[in-house]
Amino acid sequence: MLRTHAVRGLTLSLISAFFAAHAGTVAVVTSFPKELTEIYKKAFESRNPGIKIEILNKNTTASIAYIKELPVGQRPDVMWASAPDAFEVLARDKLLQPAPEVKNPQAPAKVGSYPLNDPEGMYYGQALAGYGLMWNTRYMQANKVPAPKEWADLVKGEYFGHVAMSSPSRSGTTHLTVETILQGEGWEKGWAQMLQISGNCAAITDRSFGVPDGVNNGQYGVGLVIDFFGLASKYSGFPVEFHYPSVTAVVPANIALVAGGKNADEAKKFITFTMSREGQELLFDPKISRLPILPNASFGAKVPANYPDAHEIAKRAKVSFNSTLSSDRYQVVVSLFDQMITFRLKDLQAATGAIHEAERKLKAKPNVQAAELLKQARSFAYSPLVSESMIKDEKFLELFRQNKKEVAVAKQLTGLEDLWNTKAKANYEKAADLAKQASALIK
Amino acid sequence: MSAVLTEPVTPQAPINRSAGPGIAWGHWSLAGIVLAFLAIFLLVPVGLVIYTAFVNETGALTLGHFSNFFNQTLMRESFVNSLMVALSSVFFASIIAIPLAYLTVRFEFRGALLIQTLGVLPLIMPPFVGAVALQLIFGRSGSVNLLLNDWFGFTIPIMDGLVGVTFVESIHYFPFILLNLVAAMRNIDGAMEESAMNLGAKGWRLFWRIIFPLSLPGYLAGAALVFVKVFDDLGTPLVMGVTNMLAPQAYLRITSVGIEDPLGYVISVIMIVFSILALWMAARVMKGKDYSTLQKGGGSLQRRKLGGWESVLAYGWIVFILLVTLAPHIGILLMSFSKVWSYSVLPDSFTIEHYGTVFTDSKLMIYNTLKYCTMAAGLDIVLGTTIAYLIYRTQLPARQWLDYMASIALAIPGLVLAIGYLRMFKGVNVPFTDTPMVATWFLIMIAYAVRRLPYALRSCMAALQQVHISLEEAASSLGAGKVSTVRRIMVPLMLGGILAGFVTSFITAAVELSATILLTSSQSQAPMSYGIYLYMQSIAGRGPGAALGVIAVAVVALGTYMSHRVIENARAPVRAAHE
Repeated sequence: MLRTHAVRGLTLSLISAFFAAHAGTVAVVTSFPKELTEIYKKAFESRNPGIKIEILNKNTTASIAYIKELPVGQRPDVMWASAPDAFEVLARDKLLQPAPEVKNPQAPAKVGSYPLNDPEGMYYGQALAGYGLMWNTRYMQANKVPAPKEWADLVKGEYFGHVAMSSPSRSGTTHLTVETILQGEGWEKGWAQMLQISGNCAAITDRSFGVPDGVNNGQYGVGLVIDFFGLASKYSGFPVEFHYPSVTAVVPANIALVAGGKNADEAKKFITFTMSREGQELLFDPKISRLPILPNASFGAKVPANYPDAHEIAKRAKVSFNSTLSSDRYQVVVSLFDQMITFRLKDLQAATGAIHEAERKLKAKPNVQAAELLKQARSFAYSPLVSESMIKDEKFLELFRQNKKEVAVAKQLTGLEDLWNTKAKANYEKAADLAKQASALIK
Repeated sequence: MSAVLTEPVTPQAPINRSAGPGIAWGHWSLAGIVLAFLAIFLLVPVGLVIYTAFVNETGALTLGHFSNFFNQTLMRESFVNSLMVALSSVFFASIIAIPLAYLTVRFEFRGALLIQTLGVLPLIMPPFVGAVALQLIFGRSGSVNLLLNDWFGFTIPIMDGLVGVTFVESIHYFPFILLNLVAAMRNIDGAMEESAMNLGAKGWRLFWRIIFPLSLPGYLAGAALVFVKVFDDLGTPLVMGVTNMLAPQAYLRITSVGIEDPLGYVISVIMIVFSILALWMAARVMKGKDYSTLQKGGGSLQRRKLGGWESVLAYGWIVFILLVTLAPHIGILLMSFSKVWSYSVLPDSFTIEHYGTVFTDSKLMIYNTLKYCTMAAGLDIVLGTTIAYLIYRTQLPARQWLDYMASIALAIPGLVLAIGYLRMFKGVNVPFTDTPMVATWFLIMIAYAVRRLPYALRSCMAALQQVHISLEEAASSLGAGKVSTVRRIMVPLMLGGILAGFVTSFITAAVELSATILLTSSQSQAPMSYGIYLYMQSIAGRGPGAALGVIAVAVVALGTYMSHRVIENARAPVRAAHE
């Protein structure tokens, strides 16, 4: 039985191989949803008869592994995804190939202060997206929670247990948002805000898509999401709203030519198309709802009414995003976030809950001693375990950039992570304790 | 026959009195083939990835990463959590599965076949859709909690934290116990039960002293699987946002973009060691005990009747259990017909357009799923029966290790196996062509076979344990050769267990995702799980994703039902002849 299967398998794979190797097929690895890729595939194929687009949907991790593990000549041709860190990794491993001719000369060089294309010329911004707040109107009404306007709103007690976000180690776009807050508010204050928002979180999801999904089905009230998740959900009929806070990061979704693909020339045509005016117009489709890299005004009447303008939003943002600073301390921020927040969420929630409780009582009945205890509790719960001076220390940052395979380095790093983790837990417990004492005093 | 119960005899191969060295040679080459398969498709590819756990930056051997692991409080905490969740899931899964199996196999029970089929459905939890459906039913704002809140003003946080993980794992994996237990109970000699009843045993006593001990191989096979599977399971804790368990810790470290963190692989190695340890302990329990009976249940099985209130109680319990365990599937079904379902007990409005959306895509995907899964499950039972035979019927040294090696697959994240395949077959072409091996669907099928082999293997081993060796000895003393004994006596007697193995392999392979995503190299190769993933990536796609999920469940359930029917039909003539 096995033998016949094997023979049949062989013939079948021969046939499929014949079609796959057919000249003029561009293989695109992407993490984007079917709606988006289908529209681009159709539009491109109708304009370029003879070239076929083969879409391979893989999540970001699988995309990187897939490209990395295939030999030269068998790799897919194009990588198309949101997370800038994924492109950084591919570029570092020499898996991308510069193709400056694909760029659209009409596109501006920067969105706000963030460069549209990779400064090294390895990957290019294809569409823009901004981070914002998305909420489920039914959930908010049922739980009597007001709609938030700014990040800072989310630290309030009324949002306790109603918020959700992803972690910067899981989602490159979340990392950019966290970094935006840290740069906008400063290291210590930024972390204090992050910790308070996280303390109000019902969950830190492992995929960035988990947040809009949870808000859509009413599991969470408010989510920190990238704009097209919010806009496309609303378009699909879910009872949700989306809003850009005044401080936000506008970031490009990227596209790049893979080194060692099969059809570089056709692939370049496809990339050029996605960034051309025709290709950019497709972004206005309500199912896609992404922002074009060209200014909205240049599309004239083709822009839907009230369509957000990425360049306007980026201009409004007070933060001038420093990408060197961001990539220098990437490892520290990501690791600190996971050890203090993702892995200790239960303890942080408990502390935050107790603090909100004490605050409410204090407001109704002022008490000096309780106020002092509460202040201490907040300081225990909402201080980053890496100080501002440490994060500026080049030696400290260097440790995180070393090879984790070296046992001594790994030992130092895991030691540090363990320290953060246990210290965070102890601090949260202490904070919960102090807040409860404060509550008890007021009674 | 009484000797069977009183005198523990470990089934042992007749020490080749009749057969010469030729047989031993045959055993060695069989073992060689199995070993080669495991080496090429499991050990070496996995080794290519997780060796990182054992080397330092220069490639020299080190155990430093392991001491780093044990120095972390979080890791120790994760380890304890994983262990606790696994143990309590085995407990709750048993509470669900044992009554279902006992009532439907040993009693006259209307709809027994239907119940047994429905009882397998929880295993088919389509990726993502299953999780979303669970949240919609049992989650913070799920139907159950919304209703409870409306009526009584409180909610049950059953989907929270470790309790939530235990809850979901129990209702997801109890079919492992159910399937194996049903197969084992069908095999019990009816005379055992009758003798016990003649001697005055009934009710609980009859069950705990006679029925349950005799079906222990099946129960332990299922329970060991549940333990190991839950201990190594990644999807459930991740979906529920529980990160302080071993599998999510390993996964989060392995899949962090651009970071080669040896600690992730260290955790994988530790999970492998503990999985093998658990299986070894289950084997220890069985050691020195004989559970084989000479006469097989099938023909002579007398089903008892339930009394009036007994049957009300039994049906009530079964309906309740099925409602809870099938809730996710009811959720998926509702989702597939709903336009918008958000923060409400039921969807706002219904539509059938999602089925239209997926219909055109799904035909090829259904075909691919059936093709890969049938081949993979077929391969699994061939390998499983061979390994069971080598372990229980030969004297080869260290034969138990074939079992342990195969079970490593349980502790390996699909992503790691898939990366190993890409690495191992890099530059290898399909013989006589210049098609690269990695561009074919062959590796997807093999990945399914390897990942689901442990399931089929447990069932096959349990089945062979219940076959008394003297039946084979009788055949061989009547002049049957070794091969025809296996073919005409051993395999037919094991058939129930083999089928249980086939079914578990098949249906769990049908919803495999992590290796599928990485290994799919063109849309024409994509199976249904890939299609579901594709739809679930988009906001507007939950409906079509759920519709495809429903189709997947229906296709797989139909397959399961058909195979049950085949077994029942095969037995019917025998039973008729006895009556």
